Amino acid sequence: MGILEDHRRFKEIIKGKIKENFKKYITHEEMIGKREKEFVKIPIPKIKIPKFVYGPKQSGGVGQGEGQEGSEAPGKGEKAGDKSGEHQVEVDVEFDELAAMLGEELELPRIEPKGKSKLDSSLNKYTGISDVGPRGLHHFKKTYKEALKRNISSGTYDPDDPIIIPIKKDFRYKAPKLVSKPATNAVVIYMMDVSGSMGNQQKEIVRLESFWINTWLKYNYKGLETRFIIHDAAAKEVEEDTFFRTSESGGTLISSAYKKALEVIESDYPVHDWNIYLFHFSDGDNWSSDDTKLCVSLIKEKFAPVVNMFGYGQVESKYGSGQFIKDLKVHFENDDQVVLSRVKDKTEIIKSIKEFLGKGN
Amino acid sequence: MKNSLSKKLQDEQKRIEKIAKDLGLDFYETVFEMVDYKQMNQIAAQGGFPVRYPHWRFGMEYESLSKSYEYGLSKIYELVINNDPCYAYLLEGNSFLDQKLVMAHVYGHCDFFKNNQWFSQTNRKMMDQTANHATRIRRYIDRHGIDAVESFIDCCLSIDNLIDRYSPYSKVKVDMAERDKDYLVQSDIAQRKDYLNKFIDSGVNKKDENNKENETIRNPERPEKDILKFLIENAPLEDWQQDILSILRDEAYYFTPQGMTKIMNEGWASYWHAKMMTEHICSDSEIVCFADTHAGTMAMQPGGFNPYKIGIEIFRDIKRRWDRGQFGRDWESCEDIREKANWNTKALQGEDKIFEVRRNMNDVTFIDQFLTEDFCVENKFFVYKFNKKTNQFEIDTTDFKAIKSKMLFQLANFGQPIIQVVDSNFEGRGELLMTHLFEGIELQPDYMQECMTRIYNLWKKPINLATVLDEEGVIVRYDGSEFKNQKVNEMLSSEKKE
Repeated sequence: MGILEDHRRFKEIIKGKIKENFKKYITHEEMIGKREKEFVKIPIPKIKIPKFVYGPKQSGGVGQGEGQEGSEAPGKGEKAGDKSGEHQVEVDVEFDELAAMLGEELELPRIEPKGKSKLDSSLNKYTGISDVGPRGLHHFKKTYKEALKRNISSGTYDPDDPIIIPIKKDFRYKAPKLVSKPATNAVVIYMMDVSGSMGNQQKEIVRLESFWINTWLKYNYKGLETRFIIHDAAAKEVEEDTFFRTSESGGTLISSAYKKALEVIESDYPVHDWNIYLFHFSDGDNWSSDDTKLCVSLIKEKFAPVVNMFGYGQVESKYGSGQFIKDLKVHFENDDQVVLSRVKDKTEIIKSIKEFLGKGN
Repeated sequence: MKNSLSKKLQDEQKRIEKIAKDLGLDFYETVFEMVDYKQMNQIAAQGGFPVRYPHWRFGMEYESLSKSYEYGLSKIYELVINNDPCYAYLLEGNSFLDQKLVMAHVYGHCDFFKNNQWFSQTNRKMMDQTANHATRIRRYIDRHGIDAVESFIDCCLSIDNLIDRYSPYSKVKVDMAERDKDYLVQSDIAQRKDYLNKFIDSGVNKKDENNKENETIRNPERPEKDILKFLIENAPLEDWQQDILSILRDEAYYFTPQGMTKIMNEGWASYWHAKMMTEHICSDSEIVCFADTHAGTMAMQPGGFNPYKIGIEIFRDIKRRWDRGQFGRDWESCEDIREKANWNTKALQGEDKIFEVRRNMNDVTFIDQFLTEDFCVENKFFVYKFNKKTNQFEIDTTDFKAIKSKMLFQLANFGQPIIQVVDSNFEGRGELLMTHLFEGIELQPDYMQECMTRIYNLWKKPINLATVLDEEGVIVRYDGSEFKNQKVNEMLSSEKKE
């Protein structure tokens, strides 16, 4: 089929293998719609062929829906300021499906929860079928089917008089099956730098990243807890809502957040029973190199031995990108537990998620 | 790869075909084929044709169709091609009722294809033609490599909307292919007065004569909207490039009437599927399921614009009005609201009227004549625009006239800017001058520049475009390396000084 060849070529363009000059027409979309109701948009990569067209903001159009003159046009709100929005399909998706899609799109490995053997609990479920068993577990449908099959194959079935009488051979019984149920627990602690240099755009990036990380982890662990820590020169634990809204003006002492996280782990999450994930986002402008040293030793001695992953995402702000990621790189270049990722702008979120979750820790 | 229908569906097809014919629909022979979703996605991605030339954008469509199918977001119910015979595809695994619905709907489309005058100039053997195009382009790929050919196609696709949509209808009964051949030579000669012939044919080779004339007479003589044709004839292209460009132009013209009659075509097909299903096809037990599917198709999303819904409602409205005699001078001049509401002369001309409308009109004339204020109010239509201060789209007005004029503007030329070639020897340097017929909305600047660089690739000399940017008339010039904007006012004043 010619279409498969066309499809392969399209994929190559998207991946930048051929026609590099096409990159600018590839539409990168925000993946999230509404968070509470778990509405999402699924990104479908498209390449727009430039033509002579009117600018969408200039032309406007005819729409339909409730509203007064001067109020926001229904169905147009989210697209404002983003002309590439028109390629998106907006739908209801189940949370699990969403995670599965994410995994498939980014080719993420499934996570092997640690301490699996220890935490497994098994139980019997009557989902199997057996041809011997007690009367009480008689499976009517299966039995009927068997009898029907036998009748048809032996030619005694008469559609005008469809009476089926099962014989002993036909009887089927529900049988117990051993199901192992991993009783794994996981906790994610998000830390974010809310110092003056982190603007709204940077926080938006963090919000999106943490949404997707959460989605993926929730899919892999049934009981996922989340904790949130914000810091500038001092750190405090906050609610999720506050986490994304707070804006401070102070300076940056990253170690304060790490100490706080350590406190949280030590008090609430015994390391043997919990899969622990730490994610820290900052623009990387730590105040002093002494503090950076302290951070490195905290990660090395306190975090790395006990957590599944320590992720550090450096978000670039208008003041540029700080030194911190480079300092960490020196120490943790080949460390499996510590993952570093640099996020320049929104379009790099996907790449960054892949860096974080691609290892399957 | 395709399957014919099961016996049960074949019988049903015969029954539905007969019902459609009895209701007055008139169509070419219609062939239904059963395909699975992969095949359906492929055919849909290729614009409805099973064989197209290789190009990545078909792969792109395929990807998005497949994904939205696999994730359960949407699926294509029906696909029908304007061809003689008409080909229509049914999706394997749809319920029996859905298949019947699709068949009824398809006969509506087939009738429209055959009888609407805007389709009268389309190639009814397009199925063979696209396959033929594919073979030609594959041959060029074998010879020149996929990269060269595909890049050239990319280039052409950027300008394949620069055609003259009404030109196929302006010349009476001229075969498109015939007309395109040696267009310049033939038309030039035809236009000359008889008494000039002796001067022209006196020993001078026709072609040379033509070339000489091009030096003195402006080319094109009149502004040309069919820029593709102009480039095919005048740009320094290699033979294979010329052929590809004309293939793309052919296909662009073929698809044009479908864009021109989207609302009518879908409205017409929906009108008839609803009538056939409810009055003739559905059994009592099926009617609720049908209503459910039908309602899903007709639903208007907030902010959306559903051609099925608008089309079917307008057709029904026409039928009702002409059945009750609500037209003509007496009706127009009546000012008594109550009398108007109960107006019924039992004229019963509705059926004739909708058939007449489906023969003669396109979306522009359809909306212009039959969109009513009541309909806009009932469906809560509005005009929206972008507010720079709040950075969002806002409802501008719900005034009927404004809605209608905005709709008409979007439908005329498909809401695309009209651009024409004015001069192929601009400033005496062989540069190309195009003008954008400004209608109050500016072009999107980055796309405009992209398109100009692509036209430059074809024309190989500087490209000029007269348009309006930031509320000022400018001529944008691209010389192969950079863009320069010169304001028209300044140009005029500097000319005066000289």
